[in-house]
Amino acid sequence: MTVTATPSYKWVGTRPVRHDGLEKVTGRARYGADLNLPGMLIGAVLRSPHPHARILSIDTSAAEAMEGVRAVVTGADFPILESEQGGSGEEYVDFRDLCHNVMARDKVLYEGHALAAVAATSRREALAALAAIKVDYEVLPHVIDVDRAMAPDAPILHEDMITEGVDPVPDEPSNVASRYVIDRGDIEKGFAEADVIVEREFVTQPVHQGYIEPHAVVADVGQDGKATVFCSSQGHFMVRSFTALLLGWEPSRVKVIPAEIGGGFGGKTTVYVEPVATRLSQKAGRPVKIVMTRDEVFRATGPTSGSKIRLKVGATSDGKLTAVEGSMAYQAGAFKGSPVSLGCMCAFAPYSVENVLLEGLDVVVNMPKVAAYRAPGAPMASFASETLLDEVAEQLGMDPLEFRLRNAAEEGVRAVYGPIFKRIGFIETVEAVRDHPHYSIELGPNQGRGVASGFWFNFGGSSSATVHINEDGTASVLTGSPDIGGSRASMALMAAEELGIDVYDISPIVSDTESVGYTDVTGGSRVTHATGMAVIDACRNVVADLRARAAMVWDVDVEEVEWVDGRAQHVSGDRAPMTTKDLAIDAAGTGGPITSSAAVNARGAGAAFSTQVCDVEVDPETGAVKILRYTTAQDAGRAIHPSYVEGQMQGGVAQGIGWALNEEYIFDDGGTMENAGFLDYRMPVASDLPMIDTVIVEVPNPGHPYGVRGVGEVGIVPPMAAVANAIHDATGLRLSELPMSPVKVLAAIGANGG
Amino acid sequence: MRYVAPTSIEETVSVLAEDVPAQVYAGATDFIPQLRMGRPEPGVAVDLKRIDRLTDLRREGDQWVIGAATPSVRLGEEEDLVADLPGLVEAASLIGSDQIQSRASLGGNLCNASPAADSVPAMVVNNGRAVIAGPGGIRTTPVASVVTGPGRTALAKGEFLVELVFDRPPPRTADAYLRFIPRTEMDIAVVGAGARLTLDEAGRCRDVSVALGAVAPTVVTVPAAAGILVGHPLTDEALKRVAAEASAVCNPIDDKRGTIAYRRQVAGVLAVRALKLAADRAAS
Repeated sequence: MTVTATPSYKWVGTRPVRHDGLEKVTGRARYGADLNLPGMLIGAVLRSPHPHARILSIDTSAAEAMEGVRAVVTGADFPILESEQGGSGEEYVDFRDLCHNVMARDKVLYEGHALAAVAATSRREALAALAAIKVDYEVLPHVIDVDRAMAPDAPILHEDMITEGVDPVPDEPSNVASRYVIDRGDIEKGFAEADVIVEREFVTQPVHQGYIEPHAVVADVGQDGKATVFCSSQGHFMVRSFTALLLGWEPSRVKVIPAEIGGGFGGKTTVYVEPVATRLSQKAGRPVKIVMTRDEVFRATGPTSGSKIRLKVGATSDGKLTAVEGSMAYQAGAFKGSPVSLGCMCAFAPYSVENVLLEGLDVVVNMPKVAAYRAPGAPMASFASETLLDEVAEQLGMDPLEFRLRNAAEEGVRAVYGPIFKRIGFIETVEAVRDHPHYSIELGPNQGRGVASGFWFNFGGSSSATVHINEDGTASVLTGSPDIGGSRASMALMAAEELGIDVYDISPIVSDTESVGYTDVTGGSRVTHATGMAVIDACRNVVADLRARAAMVWDVDVEEVEWVDGRAQHVSGDRAPMTTKDLAIDAAGTGGPITSSAAVNARGAGAAFSTQVCDVEVDPETGAVKILRYTTAQDAGRAIHPSYVEGQMQGGVAQGIGWALNEEYIFDDGGTMENAGFLDYRMPVASDLPMIDTVIVEVPNPGHPYGVRGVGEVGIVPPMAAVANAIHDATGLRLSELPMSPVKVLAAIGANGG
Repeated sequence: MRYVAPTSIEETVSVLAEDVPAQVYAGATDFIPQLRMGRPEPGVAVDLKRIDRLTDLRREGDQWVIGAATPSVRLGEEEDLVADLPGLVEAASLIGSDQIQSRASLGGNLCNASPAADSVPAMVVNNGRAVIAGPGGIRTTPVASVVTGPGRTALAKGEFLVELVFDRPPPRTADAYLRFIPRTEMDIAVVGAGARLTLDEAGRCRDVSVALGAVAPTVVTVPAAAGILVGHPLTDEALKRVAAEASAVCNPIDDKRGTIAYRRQVAGVLAVRALKLAADRAAS
């Protein structure tokens, strides 16, 4: 499948058992909820029962007087911040909004919005104290649907919100936070050239990341006013800076120790309970632990946006895209910042198309503020674009993969969202599916096959790494990237490759905020790429140092010393080689401990593409959709640890199938979430899915020493359209609303006279 | 909340006679989640699993006697029971995950009185009887009469379920239970359908019973099925009429798990599929 010559690597591309595996399978690994400290209090959060209400008063006196209660906080315990944008790496947040999301002030904006918290000597006492807090609400009308939120008479969430990106600037506030536009070429000319034009509207619902580990934190503020925070997150430096900012502190006042993380998928790239536990600990003078329930996770964290999308596509009779036009409105949740602009950028990014007019509207509604979720914004947009492209190919009588190949973006093409693509592997992913045996397996009655493709930018960003050579010749590799997808194993493999020592002689360690340099969140599929580059740089420094020390011992020029398989060799071959261990033992005599740090702000994150094929069987009497077969081909650039690349590919597909078939936030008329648990929020269970077959395509990224491209996110982009297109092939029905649940499918079959 | 674990029926009766709100439970697979959802704690929680008769599973002559607290997993391990009442065992084995199976019981599934309980339609088509103990002694009543509405039963104060009794099937008789869920497991029935059928030597239907779950406040039967099928082979035309009757007896609600229209339609579909499955078993 690879089109370029493969350099020969000893470690890169192998599949060692992950270094953190034993601790995880034996239950020794410590997750967010696993730390207990002497004297620790238990915190609990009071959450709004109303989706939209003014807080007239909060009376905490009865709660404060209760036995066992050591501290109570409300919005008044947090500073009023200026509206200021900041980042954690991939995404930007408004800290004023973040502060109000963590603890409401004046208004609650969704059911589950935090408005007070207590710390008590037991959970039972903490819950009793919450029940004793008296809140006087003025309940306001609420709005969750995007169209209703944009209607002239809609309840307004933020009286000061004036739509950005609109000329002239509106006089009146609205729920539309901003308008984003991509306008390229001549859209009218593009449609005039088209022989086939297809236009449809699509609706998707909010879905949660569904990580198995609820948010959990232990915060301990000492007598010196400094805080130690132990929690699971996708970035402990993010937790440090966000927590400090929300408390009005300097970041250095907070130390964050990363716990193991039980899944994040983007949803742990921000803070919820961390600043609350820290403030409670400060007030109580004792450590405070807060562990969310699953109910709280659903009602107050995550999800990603639901959307309404209208798209129109034109193509010539020989299968050339001439124009794409449309509008997307995404639910942002209670505060601005949906990923709608990313949706606009990604929807047609795999293709070369000259005439583009896409509008994205960021709409605030009375549900939890959306958080990043695996390729944020792209899956719902691609559900729309990739089902429309399927329909165009059908009308042209063209194989859908052939149609994609005729329009495929490649090196030198200007992407729909602006930049010129460097070397990319989209075409190779399409060809991999076309040539896969799956694509020609014969289908039976009520069965259908669908394909879809997807794009994700990938991200670089800031990372640090420190490499220590230990006295026994082994190496410790310290990074600041929480390990969500097997990154310890990837870091160890790259270090083993550079240092030339066995991968199990490397200890890959996720260090706290005081033990390694600043590192952005584990997000944007950036860690193997960017943190990997820092590790490689630090290792190369170490190798240079080891060669210099060998040269010193041998009293030769350093140019005469080669580093081969973890040993210093003299080019003449007439000296006994010195191993890493030999040099480590004598380190004191050659300049002291052998250690090096490196830091990068990585550019050149190569774009990721995926093409997928799905076979379904639709039960025409119940509307049930069974996934029969699924194959995903994805460009990994270079797979450092192929097993974890495959795991990422399969995980994205599994989540995408859930999004396609059953997952959705269900609200009752009062704006209350009806399915805040895994029973009725239906993620796929293992028996719902076949083994998801993977094809790793390797078109090396010129921006990384080994050619790595991020692999974590793009896999979730195509599945909804792949499933929808397969359902169409099986039934003739074009479904344009997610989830494609049995109730919806059967209703569509019935409406079609089936 | 006090915890007691009586070891005899008499002891349980006397605990329940105290003037304290009590909740009996077997595996607690409904009880504990309900407490976590905010249900008020009872004064005393009465664990029935220490009473031998309640965790028994035995054949007595022409009957199967299943203790009210016997874990579902035991049913599938009893080969003769699987051979006699495969549909009942299927229904019991659908309750929860493998872990839950080791705790959940037929008795708990019945007395929790969920309209969507999987085992109840299967018990009803098999004419199950419930043996109930209370201050007035032991009484026996049809399973079909135990549940009176969502979360409500006909058990009087101080009464609790002891065991469930089923007749061994006559020749050429078999049962089946099917449910529809949006996933393949770990879910709650949107529609459940139990069927039991006796065939004559010519393959015609001699006796039939159909019961539906999750489509009304309590399990509903489809009495018209007998009129349509008895004395006849199971033709597609006849089964289509049964499907229509099954849809007609439904009195479902719209909720997050399904719509009225969906439940009606799929009730007919599952009733027919369960009948076909039972007929195949009865014929083999």
